[in-house]
Amino acid sequence: MFPNPFQYYAPQSLDEIFQILDKYGDEAKILAGGQSLLPMMKLRLAAPSVLIDVNGISQWANVNAQDQSLQIGALMRHRDWEHALDSRVPLLHSTAVHIADPLVRNRGTMAGSLAHADPAADWGAALLALKASVAIQSAHRLREVPLREFFVDTFTTVLEPQELLTEIRIPLPQNDAFVGARYFKLERKVGDFAVVGVAVTVVLNPEGVVTDAGIGLAAVGATPLAAVNAESLLRGQRLTLDLVQEAASEAAKESDPITDRRGSEDYKRAMVNVFVKRGLTAVHKDWQLQMDISA
Amino acid sequence: MNLDATETQPLGKAIKRKEDPRFIRGQGRYLDDIVLPKMLYMAMVRSPYAHARIKSIRVEDAYLVEGVKAVLTGEDLASMNLAWMPTLAGDQQMVLATGKVLLQYQEVAAIVAETRESAEDAASKVQVEYEPLTPVMDPFFALSAEAPVLREDREQKNNHIFHWEVGDHEETDAALAASAIVVKEQIRMPRVHPAPLEPCGCVADYQKSTGKLIWYVTSQAPHAHRTVLSMVSGLPEHMIHVISPDIGGGFGNKVPVYPGYVCAVVMSMQLGRPVKWVETRTENVATTNFARDYHMTAEIGATEDGRVTALKVSTIADHGAFDAAADPSKFPAGLFSIVTGSYRFPVAFAEVDGVYTNKAPGGVAYRCSFRVTEASFLIERVMNTLAYRLNLDPVELRRRNFIGVDDFPYQSPLGWTYDSGDYEKTLNTALDMIDYRGLRSEQQKRREQGELVGIGVSTFTEIVGAGPSHTFDILGIKMFDSCEIRIHPTGKAIARLGARHQGQGHETTFAQLIAQELGLSAADVLIEEGDTDTAPYGLGTYASRSTPTAGGAAALAARRVRNKAQQIAAHLLEVSPEDVQWDGSRFSAKGLSSRNVSMADVALAAYTNLPKGMEPGLEATYYYDPPNLTFPNGAYIAVVSIDRETGQVHVERFVAVDDCGTVINPMVVDGQIHGGLTEGFGIAFMQEIAFDADGNNLAPNFMDYLVPTAVETPRWETGRTVTPSPHHPIGAKGVGESPNVGSPAAFVNAVVDALSPYGVTNLEIPLFPWKIWEVLKQHGLTES
Amino acid sequence: MEQTVANDRIMVHVTINGESRQALAEPRTLLAYFIRDTLGLTGTHVGCDTTSCGACTVLLDGIPVKSCTILAVQAAGHEIETVEGLEHNGQLHPLQQAFWDNHGLQCGFCTPGMLMTTTALLRSQDDVNDDDVRRAISGNLCRCTGYVNIVKAVLEAKSRMREGG
Ligand SMILES: Cc1cc2nc3c(=O)[nH]c(=O)nc-3n(C[C@H](O)[C@H](O)[C@H](O)COP(=O)(O)OP(=O)(O)OC[C@H]3O[C@@H](n4cnc5c(N)ncnc54)[C@H](O)[C@@H]3O)c2cc1C
Ligand code: FES
Ligand code: FES
Repeated sequence: MFPNPFQYYAPQSLDEIFQILDKYGDEAKILAGGQSLLPMMKLRLAAPSVLIDVNGISQWANVNAQDQSLQIGALMRHRDWEHALDSRVPLLHSTAVHIADPLVRNRGTMAGSLAHADPAADWGAALLALKASVAIQSAHRLREVPLREFFVDTFTTVLEPQELLTEIRIPLPQNDAFVGARYFKLERKVGDFAVVGVAVTVVLNPEGVVTDAGIGLAAVGATPLAAVNAESLLRGQRLTLDLVQEAASEAAKESDPITDRRGSEDYKRAMVNVFVKRGLTAVHKDWQLQMDISA
Repeated sequence: MNLDATETQPLGKAIKRKEDPRFIRGQGRYLDDIVLPKMLYMAMVRSPYAHARIKSIRVEDAYLVEGVKAVLTGEDLASMNLAWMPTLAGDQQMVLATGKVLLQYQEVAAIVAETRESAEDAASKVQVEYEPLTPVMDPFFALSAEAPVLREDREQKNNHIFHWEVGDHEETDAALAASAIVVKEQIRMPRVHPAPLEPCGCVADYQKSTGKLIWYVTSQAPHAHRTVLSMVSGLPEHMIHVISPDIGGGFGNKVPVYPGYVCAVVMSMQLGRPVKWVETRTENVATTNFARDYHMTAEIGATEDGRVTALKVSTIADHGAFDAAADPSKFPAGLFSIVTGSYRFPVAFAEVDGVYTNKAPGGVAYRCSFRVTEASFLIERVMNTLAYRLNLDPVELRRRNFIGVDDFPYQSPLGWTYDSGDYEKTLNTALDMIDYRGLRSEQQKRREQGELVGIGVSTFTEIVGAGPSHTFDILGIKMFDSCEIRIHPTGKAIARLGARHQGQGHETTFAQLIAQELGLSAADVLIEEGDTDTAPYGLGTYASRSTPTAGGAAALAARRVRNKAQQIAAHLLEVSPEDVQWDGSRFSAKGLSSRNVSMADVALAAYTNLPKGMEPGLEATYYYDPPNLTFPNGAYIAVVSIDRETGQVHVERFVAVDDCGTVINPMVVDGQIHGGLTEGFGIAFMQEIAFDADGNNLAPNFMDYLVPTAVETPRWETGRTVTPSPHHPIGAKGVGESPNVGSPAAFVNAVVDALSPYGVTNLEIPLFPWKIWEVLKQHGLTES
Repeated sequence: MEQTVANDRIMVHVTINGESRQALAEPRTLLAYFIRDTLGLTGTHVGCDTTSCGACTVLLDGIPVKSCTILAVQAAGHEIETVEGLEHNGQLHPLQQAFWDNHGLQCGFCTPGMLMTTTALLRSQDDVNDDDVRRAISGNLCRCTGYVNIVKAVLEAKSRMREGG
């Protein structure tokens, strides 16, 4: 129940972080919210010899909306979305309330969740649906990687040991566009990781045509997944019942779950189908309501 | 509004708990809060394998860790003749493994060091070489000829522990053969764990100079632990002082003696310093005693018009690697013979075979009076199947077979004498509370609209309060309980009991009980439990036995005090003792009530102004050997709906009506019911300690051994009927366990009911959504 | 930049329940153990090893967190509140009083964590209903009460606090 000993650094600037990283290489680990790393260290499933606590990097505790994108600093925590609803990206709030439990949400960060790359991570699914990208920085270079190219395998991303994830960037829709979203999570109890998680976000024009659609899936593959085929079925179309069903079964096909104590492969695939369908249906209802109000 | 403890005539009132002021301030004193000068910490080295031969253990590297004081292995213990210890079930259990390990996470070595951290660091440095063996995880396979023999220490070279049977086998078979209707069902109660929020632990403080061991331990049965420890260690019993501090929940988990306890004691005796051992949650769930793991097959015979004719049950009981069931000695299957439940079975037969597997030892009476949950679950489930078979409403089937009010005392075919009950009344109260008729017609309507809605009923009878000394003992010690009461000169009292509460509220409820007998308020009576140097001998708190046994002792000790008080009152009132009457709060002269004295007046006189020749003081002790057990009952009704696309079950309502006899404190009783129902809910829907074929525990901690949160827990509705026990001094029966015993069947019956139109009669718990979904899919119900 | 060698202890200065305290801690010492073992405030409990139970909940700068999953060194310079700090001038906090009045506890092991989580809830939200309370305490497990009376207590405390202004 006690981590192995380690050296602790609490740098206040990126430069300092890079210096430490330079010195220790992959012996060092970044400590953000600590809600994945510390539990693993307590069970001694992880034993870094150096911890770099980044909670003092104040410039990371910000959100900016610029150039049609929302830029979320690496220290923004789950709770920041739990208690706020941004109507341009309603999926963030819809997802946040399902992550872990309220106490974990008070510490855990979005960036930490992505960097950790748990296939069941709720942010992973949601931010894939939002077609987010991440800013990655090392002492020598700065790059932006679309999230859809970020996850490599279970607990593995394109992040190099010397690199930091500094920001998450989410493209914003046109100001007047209608955005509807849902996050559905099947969990055995609050605080449980998803048996299946499904993120759906759709931009509709006043005619009810899908101008953009994102579907992200949690816990049904080696990494969080984007249901790209299902998304392309939707784009440019109206959300009819038939289309919704078609997209849902396409997403189920794209999922790649395994049988375990949380359910069979068939079950999980079926749940993807159900939740995509429910998500799209709910979004469509939201849109109709919105149209009725503005009419 | 709940009342203050200063209330007089407190019995039956909702008195606010006297123990709460320290807990709400964070001033409880739980085991891990105890810090002694020069205290050392212990950590365990545990086996990664479920079944393996130990080839070598190298401890040298552990000694290199700074602060390490000692490393203890099974070989060390063997040289002290302590490598094995007796279990409460009369088997023996390894303290630290020698030769073989028999379960994953088994204790292989113990490390003692100056800090918690260094003990744990050193534990990871002990090198153990194992030769993995085939683990035996399936109890049915364990009984087959091909299964490896797990317990090489036994003369008997197979994995069979015991065969136990009760009832008339032949007559039961004959009655079944002659029955118009026979239903048969296989019912499994999976392996679960009591998992109190505070894990187990101890601080052993052996003082070389005095030869006395002070042993702080999370114990539901401190006296029994003292005796067992004395037997194991050879320390004279009067030199062992067991202190069971505030306990963060027990539910049966803190009844047995665990290997870590013995190691801590040995280490403290060797090192002459206090040694603390507190287990982690993983250690708690993976190694301390589990519960259930009963694989039952039952047949019920009945007439065409739904009168039961016979019950036959056979069970395979998976006890894990050591038979460490905390059952009374003569009852290897506990009180499973309550399996005929609330119904008039003319004949019955039940048998249980205990089996060794490579799993944690047990099983304990988890919030139940020794296998009563298994029995109740079984009968309430199979009665449900019978109702479907007969096409009868499950309520009607129950009514036709209830033991009637006039049948008490009722002699059950499996040997019990039920004390009292009014099952119809309890059931009717529940039916009214939930509007059963209305509910059934609403169900019909909703079904027509395609909804899957189910109503589940469970009308169980429990057996608690073990028990009468003619049948009940643990390791030979009779299962009485005790109370000692002293009244101080100013009329305030202290009472000490052999029980040990873990959240049940004894400091309040026993104070109420005694205060009622003595004309005091609960505030006037201090209750002390858990200190073996001061409390009289008792068997402890589990199996809902505190109120039936220690509560009886408290009432009778108080009456002893009152008898003496009456003599003193006579002296003060200057009348003869026969002419003194007690009105519940004061003694007065018969026919002259204005001449009266209070208990406080009498108490003062007991020390200052006694009748000539009377022994001074005002105190009494009572060892209560109950004449019979008590038989609480209840009627529970669950309403559920199933999401046909996902298999998720929503508990829409749950009504629990309990009859626990005389109620001491309704607020506490309701609290016990809420908690027990929540545990029953967890068992029905999300809890199971499962293993893979290699013997890996798949739910060793709270990530996978799931405890319901406030969000999924249903909104409980409770009600009550009161049928006092005729033999208990105040008519109380005990309540803490009924909700855990009675509720799982209500949940499952409700889910089965929702699916019954499609021919489903049986489902195996826990009812995870995926399991329900598989059933829905089989029946083509997943499309809405 | 704080720099240390493994196993070396760092001086950790915190404000706990309004009191300024400092003590040495290894970097790996978890805040829960620092509070319990080093500062001697044992009201904060440890009930699991997987960050699942919330028995260890304290307020860090006013926000409820699981103190078993934060390093003591991370709390340096911050403000901590524990159950021991709830009582003021001999007056129980309305939540403490309401837990007592409504039988919101049995064994008491989860109680400090429950009190801290709900203290933060009532500070931040004026209007709470049954569902809000249940969601707010869903990171705090209780094995004894079935949550019924905990929820009742929190709602009663809220209305008492409103009346009391
Ligand atoms: C009981 C419990 C239940 C949970 N349930 C869920 C759940 O249902 N759904 C869910 O999605 N999550 C769940 N989590 C995980 C939680 O959301 C974590 O907060 C999250 O996964 C990690 O974020 P963190 O900030 O805590 O990261 P940390 O634990 O601090 O770090 C995680 C990993 O990311 C690395 N890292 C962190 N930040 C950076 C950065 N800026 N740059 C580079 N690397 C970085 C760290 O080095 C580490 O390897 C649960 C956690 C617990 C304890
Ligand atoms: S001790 Fe269980 S969450 Fe902290
Ligand atoms: S009161 Fe015992 S865990 Fe909550």
